[in-house]
Amino acid sequence: MTSPGQGARPSGSAEAALPRPRNPLSVIRGFVDKTLAMSEFEVRKIRHDPTELIMRAVQPVIWLLVFGEVFTHIRAIPTGNLRYIDFLTPGVLAQSTLFIAIFSGIALIWERDLGIVHKFLVSPTSRGALALGKALSGGVRGLPQAVLIFILAVILRVDINWNPLALLGVLAAVLIGATAFSSLSMIVAFLVKTRERFMGIGQVLTMPLFFASSAIYPISVMPRWLQVIAHINPLTYQVDALRTLMLSHGVSEYGLGLDFGVLIFATVILVIISARLYPNIAR
Amino acid sequence: MTAAIIETNALTRSFGELIAVNTMTISVEAGETFGLLGPNGAGKTTAIKMLITLLPPTSGDASVAGYSILRRAGDVRRLIGYVPQMLSTEGTLTGYENLLIFARLYDIPRSERKTRIHNALKFMGLEEDANRLVRTYSGGMVRRLEIAQSILHRPQVLFLDEPTVGLDPLARKAVWEHIERLRNEYGTTILMTTHLMEEADSMCGRVAIMHRGKVAVIGKPDDLKASIGRDGATLEDVFIHYTGSELESGGNYRDVSRTRRTAKRLG
Repeated sequence: MTSPGQGARPSGSAEAALPRPRNPLSVIRGFVDKTLAMSEFEVRKIRHDPTELIMRAVQPVIWLLVFGEVFTHIRAIPTGNLRYIDFLTPGVLAQSTLFIAIFSGIALIWERDLGIVHKFLVSPTSRGALALGKALSGGVRGLPQAVLIFILAVILRVDINWNPLALLGVLAAVLIGATAFSSLSMIVAFLVKTRERFMGIGQVLTMPLFFASSAIYPISVMPRWLQVIAHINPLTYQVDALRTLMLSHGVSEYGLGLDFGVLIFATVILVIISARLYPNIAR
Repeated sequence: MTAAIIETNALTRSFGELIAVNTMTISVEAGETFGLLGPNGAGKTTAIKMLITLLPPTSGDASVAGYSILRRAGDVRRLIGYVPQMLSTEGTLTGYENLLIFARLYDIPRSERKTRIHNALKFMGLEEDANRLVRTYSGGMVRRLEIAQSILHRPQVLFLDEPTVGLDPLARKAVWEHIERLRNEYGTTILMTTHLMEEADSMCGRVAIMHRGKVAVIGKPDDLKASIGRDGATLEDVFIHYTGSELESGGNYRDVSRTRRTAKRLG
């Protein structure tokens, strides 16, 4: 006889109930495992259909090869001891992962329409693990961008720091930053609930986040009011961390401690908010 | 008398002015297949959403598998399975992968995952298609895959929201057969919604006929048909008798467009 599980069992018997994790350690382990399961789900989707990743590669190529080359040549932007292309490369990495992350929330609206979100919410999975797992997958989507930008950087003779620890730091900064912005994107999806409105708000969010950061020019050249905004923009700290870690002569403006502190703090706050809002999308 | 596995007590949910489910009180026994029957917009899906802890009731309470949906939602979730009305699988993943994610979300130990997934696929007649991308499946196969997904953790109660909506008669029959086997071999309690009288008649031990958020009448299909005192009465006649209205597909714009979308995806 075939069975949906291992061996048959009479309905309603006590063994039907799966053990409920009680001690704190198994609760944490369950949280981590389910968070990773949610991310793995996304990664498997990309593996079956990598078209999205390939399309995403176009934008950073244009930024670096066209914008970067031109502005390096005309030396219009004061970047101290750094060549402009060196200054720009970490900024483009941050920007390209931001663009992926900020639109990742639309998948939730799609999954709501399909009923997938409903099934996740009906499973015994904490809202925190659902929210973090999904956001983390936005972060993972940013990693191939990092690889691409390193290849471009080599071609453009950017002064890369190949220290393995620094490279790990770059991956961490990409992952954490993109996770934060994916969470922001999910929050927007939970609030607006329709594709059309989501795309509109996504567009409205990206440009200010991008231009009010140190991604393509130093904050010192900005007008005073914009500098204030740039200093509360997590992207600024992500760019600063990337500039410090990616370049041989990169100098941190705020210190890596503050950079990562801000990124982690933003991620935690945004994941908490998106976990709170998550059930709304299925109602 | 078997113990009730689902009990609702004046369960009510309103959306603004609209009372989608109005003081619903039903009791479903363990091992029973119970149908919520009514046209689109009668409140069936809203009722299910409350029972599976997706939607908090405005007032009233319910217990599922021995736990209150209000106070012990986490315990309820461990013990139930749910197949939504829409086709809720990921087309860019294989059938196996679609099950794997749920095996992990339902805390199925790593050592058992593979066996349970294969058994569930086999049970639903999908073993040979396990490694194909789901977007190449037919509508009926997708529905069977979803049921496989929902039984991996051996739920005590399985909630099926319009399990055969949009399926052609042949695929519909296959789904019915599998649901029946599930009930016969494992004694799983099934609560399903349907607007198909034929489906309710052949699948459900008892049905609750819903109309505009209210339960109009509850009973065995045959008893209900006999109760209106007309030879050869159908469930449709029963519906008209107890609700005083024609069984037309109502529902709001969202319901209708969702059903159409599901039907369209099924091809």
